[in-house]
Amino acid sequence: MDRQSPLSTLLQISPISLILGFFLVLPIGTILIVSFWDYNDFSFFPDFVWTNYSDALGSNVTYKTYLNTFWYAGLTWFFTFLIGFTVAYFLAFHIHTTRWQIVLFLICTIPFWTSNIIRMISWIPFLGRNGVFNTMLQSIGLIDEPLEFLLFSDFSIVLAFVHLYALFMVVPIFNSMMRIDRSLIEAAIDGGANGWQMLTNVVIPLCKPGIAIGSIFVVTLVMGDYITVRLMGGGQRASVGVMMWNEISLLLYPAAAAHAVVLLAVVLIMVSLMMRVVDLKKEL
Amino acid sequence: MSEKKSLTREARDVELVQLYKKYGQTTAVNGISLKIPAGSYCCLVGPSGCGKTSTLRMIAGHEDVSEGSILLGNKEINEVPPAKRETAMMFQNYALFPHLNCRDNVAFSLKMRGVEKNERQKVADEYLELVHMSSFAERIPAQLSGGQQQRVALARALVTHPSVLLLDEPLSALDPFLRVKMRAELKRLQVELGISFIHVTHSQVEALALADQVVVMNQGNIEQAGTPREVFNQPKSEFVAKFVGGHNLLKAKFEKKLSESEALLSSQEGFSYLVPWTAPDTPSGPVTFSLRQDCIRLDQPSEETPPPNEVRGTVTAVEYKGTSLSVTLQLDGEQELEVTLPEQLLGQLDVSYGKQLAASWKPQDLCLLN
Repeated sequence: MDRQSPLSTLLQISPISLILGFFLVLPIGTILIVSFWDYNDFSFFPDFVWTNYSDALGSNVTYKTYLNTFWYAGLTWFFTFLIGFTVAYFLAFHIHTTRWQIVLFLICTIPFWTSNIIRMISWIPFLGRNGVFNTMLQSIGLIDEPLEFLLFSDFSIVLAFVHLYALFMVVPIFNSMMRIDRSLIEAAIDGGANGWQMLTNVVIPLCKPGIAIGSIFVVTLVMGDYITVRLMGGGQRASVGVMMWNEISLLLYPAAAAHAVVLLAVVLIMVSLMMRVVDLKKEL
Repeated sequence: MSEKKSLTREARDVELVQLYKKYGQTTAVNGISLKIPAGSYCCLVGPSGCGKTSTLRMIAGHEDVSEGSILLGNKEINEVPPAKRETAMMFQNYALFPHLNCRDNVAFSLKMRGVEKNERQKVADEYLELVHMSSFAERIPAQLSGGQQQRVALARALVTHPSVLLLDEPLSALDPFLRVKMRAELKRLQVELGISFIHVTHSQVEALALADQVVVMNQGNIEQAGTPREVFNQPKSEFVAKFVGGHNLLKAKFEKKLSESEALLSSQEGFSYLVPWTAPDTPSGPVTFSLRQDCIRLDQPSEETPPPNEVRGTVTAVEYKGTSLSVTLQLDGEQELEVTLPEQLLGQLDVSYGKQLAASWKPQDLCLLN
């Protein structure tokens, strides 16, 4: 192989270095630096203190908030997985023409053509105390009093999360399923597998990478979210994102930065655990 | 051998009766009937799209039968699910489960039947032993070569105790050397297990080498079914003669009957052919004969006009093939003649390019085609 001149090597690596430096290293570096700054009631200034971390990690509120956020993430993961797997399975194995697969797949993406906020807000008049759903239930006489738990509750938060992120589960699982050689399905039938055995012995093991990628998307998105929890929780529910948002609105940037670093570490640990379940390198 | 017999079910006849497969407007299998005796090796051979794979998949139960019936033993199995048919299929690209090691691949159907883990692994090991893959039990398919994957696929198919094994192009993914080796092994297994193998292939060499019964298919129909010797020596149609290879096709016009059993015909180039002819009718149109390339003799042409069954031509190509020599003669006009000569003849006859030679054969070597 020819030896390349240092200049051409530099030129070749510079685009990716610039992009990574500008969009990854710079912002995270800034957060990391700011997380060690000090602040008072009026301003924050360069320093090197651990108080932001000791405040964050020393407070019970932080742990409760994390627990709550894990709860949302877990529920959202569970429901998006159920929906995502079912939809992907239907698209991949029950729709036999590529044309219809594409059509139905596009239909799944239609909600994504609007903004997150609009998709969320559309639930409010539907689920509200005097909303469409309650009114309907009352008019057919199923209930006397409006159901309170529908809106500004954990229910509405998880519902909105599932609505927002189900597609992130559908896409990678569908992709994994489409890569399953159809003769494997026939081989399993030949071996006497019934529908359930096929699912547990062949389809799910071969979809693991898709499930892992989808799970990483959903879990990281929920872990970092604040707007959904704020809107759908009516300001009454807490998540890590909401906690940071509150600090930012009080101009406590160093404290928010420390929380951000902790969250980043937590999410990285979660992702690495998920990566451990499947060998993603093999699949990409 | 008796021990290996216990690994399989009793062999059974397979019979196809007026079997059709239609996909919308197109007919893939056009009402074929065929009997495959128990314990025989049957090769379905033909060009792609001839219906051989559809036929196999219908027998396996992976394709619905449009019309007609499939009998195993004396039982119709059209509606029986694949796993209950006593057939097992070996797929073209082996279709081994990529996430399972060899042992678990072989044990798959046992697991589906709820056989307890230790028991099924023991059985799986026996079958891996049968195909000489014991030392690879822990490997996953991606760590195996094509030939090894094939052995595992074979073990996985046999573990269900089939009375018929269905093989879809089993050798096409292997390199030529391994193909010949695995060919011998398939035959050995078939003989040892004593069950029927139905083997789909597009290679006539493979079919002739392996089969007790060769079934040549074309456009959804069976062109000819018979022993390899029958198919090679008496091809019934132009298609079969061309497909099995090693034949020349000669067209000629009927002239007159010479006796009860012989007739004289003439070719466009002005040569005359003396052929066995027992049929009472005398066709008016041209008739076609096949003539095996290795039944032709080459000589220096004499001065006289050629006798019947001798033609004259110019050498246009010579291929040295090691054990034989292939010579192409261009007769006057369109007709070409391919001749396969024993290699030893090379020193005795000058067959170099451009030489004029006489080619002759015995009357009984001409085979009349429909």
